[in-house]
Amino acid sequence: MSYITSDQLIARLRREIPEIDVHQLHDLLQKNPDLVLVDVRETDEWAQGRIEGSLHITRGFLELQIETYVPDRDRPVALLCAGGVRSLLAARDLQQMGYRRVVSVAGGFSAWKNAGYPFSTPRMLSEDQRHRYSRHTIMPEVGEEGQLKLLDARVLLIGAGGLGSPAAIYLAAAGVGTIGIVDFDVVDTSNLQRQIIHRLEDVDTPKVESAARAIAQLNPDVKVVGHQTQITSQNAFDIISQYDIVINGSDNFPTRYLVNDACVLLGKPLVDGSIFRFEGQVTVYDTSRGGPCYRCLYPDPPPPGEVPSCAEGGVLGVLPGVIGSLQAAEAIKLILGKGDPLVGRLLLYDALDAEFRTLKVPKNHNCPVCGDHPTVTELIDYQQFCGIPHPEASGNGAHQPAFS
Amino acid sequence: MATVRIPSPLRRYTNGQSKVQAQGGTINELIQNLEAQYPGIQSKLLDENGNIKRYVNVFLNDEEIRTLQGGDTPVSDRDEVSIIPAMAGGR
Repeated sequence: MSYITSDQLIARLRREIPEIDVHQLHDLLQKNPDLVLVDVRETDEWAQGRIEGSLHITRGFLELQIETYVPDRDRPVALLCAGGVRSLLAARDLQQMGYRRVVSVAGGFSAWKNAGYPFSTPRMLSEDQRHRYSRHTIMPEVGEEGQLKLLDARVLLIGAGGLGSPAAIYLAAAGVGTIGIVDFDVVDTSNLQRQIIHRLEDVDTPKVESAARAIAQLNPDVKVVGHQTQITSQNAFDIISQYDIVINGSDNFPTRYLVNDACVLLGKPLVDGSIFRFEGQVTVYDTSRGGPCYRCLYPDPPPPGEVPSCAEGGVLGVLPGVIGSLQAAEAIKLILGKGDPLVGRLLLYDALDAEFRTLKVPKNHNCPVCGDHPTVTELIDYQQFCGIPHPEASGNGAHQPAFS
Repeated sequence: MATVRIPSPLRRYTNGQSKVQAQGGTINELIQNLEAQYPGIQSKLLDENGNIKRYVNVFLNDEEIRTLQGGDTPVSDRDEVSIIPAMAGGR
């Protein structure tokens, strides 16, 4: 049986595989936006320094993952390793897969660095984090870069109740680094039917504390900022401006209009959800992306006379689990910048019919807060706007529909 | 007849049904027909001037009718009309 040595193999590949030097690479990266630079080094080598904009797929996973990132076999691909040998082997494999325009970078990353070209040292997940988030990072849509975005993200939950509970748990599990929670309330036994972040032992404890404890037990990467207060026109800007995204899980119209207006005025995306009995609604209000806001959909609140007492409402316990989880999914998509967010679309869920539907939500160019000529340019008195003289009198836990 | 999706808060008018059939060449006619079948429902949808209330949205299939021809929007038998009220519940 004939064989060749590794030296002979490399010598043969040098004849067969086109090579470029680091100066040509530098030139091509400037001139050819189509070029994909794939760094095939091991993760610990890559962590020491990488060329900005390069795609990192270790040599071992190259053939398995390249199609996900570069489906087009005609796209030019430059392969980089530390010294220019492993990239030759990698190039041969990609050629076998039908990639027609593959080159290997002679001298590899060492030559790039020695030539004085710029490189950056990527922020990396710790070993524990790499393990914890492995089901995220293995997906190209997330990767380590996406996971770092999640760890850097700051999400505010309005309410740690039915919607806020599952949203908080999934955001914390996903490694969203800072979760703010606004809630003035304490845990009541009647909350436990649906507010799954709280437990029996938390009854009479502030919800903010109870939620913070549950999150700490789930994921030490997450910092919880408790705002044990009612969100008002006086504090809304101070609180919301500390965050990137707001998730609305409030239970009354004044708060919904307040949070909407504050988010529009601050340019923050608002992941809105609401529930009643067996039905839920989810949408993303993001006027900074040209989308509609809450007032585009519902210009006026229902008069208080149309709103029944809380006892008449009710909600299926699992319903906020569905809707709050959808809100968490939308927030995570916004953080990652992946997929098609529910901007300008209203997702409806009916548990009884077991149906999901999506309706289009048009932007209202006459909207008083996000329209072409806004008349609401600062926060107003939302109790008065909603015709409610004494907001606290109705108590908490209301599931108020627009009809009596 | 078009299918009309009834939201939870209005199902007490429709004997608990989430979907009902209603006749009418336009949204306005359809609401009149709903009222004839389910008395009381119209006052929850229209204000005193006969306009759709501002905290209620009516969709023809997936389009909000204010972006179409409002109450005069034509409706055909294959269409689905959805009534979507503001809901504030979150806790």
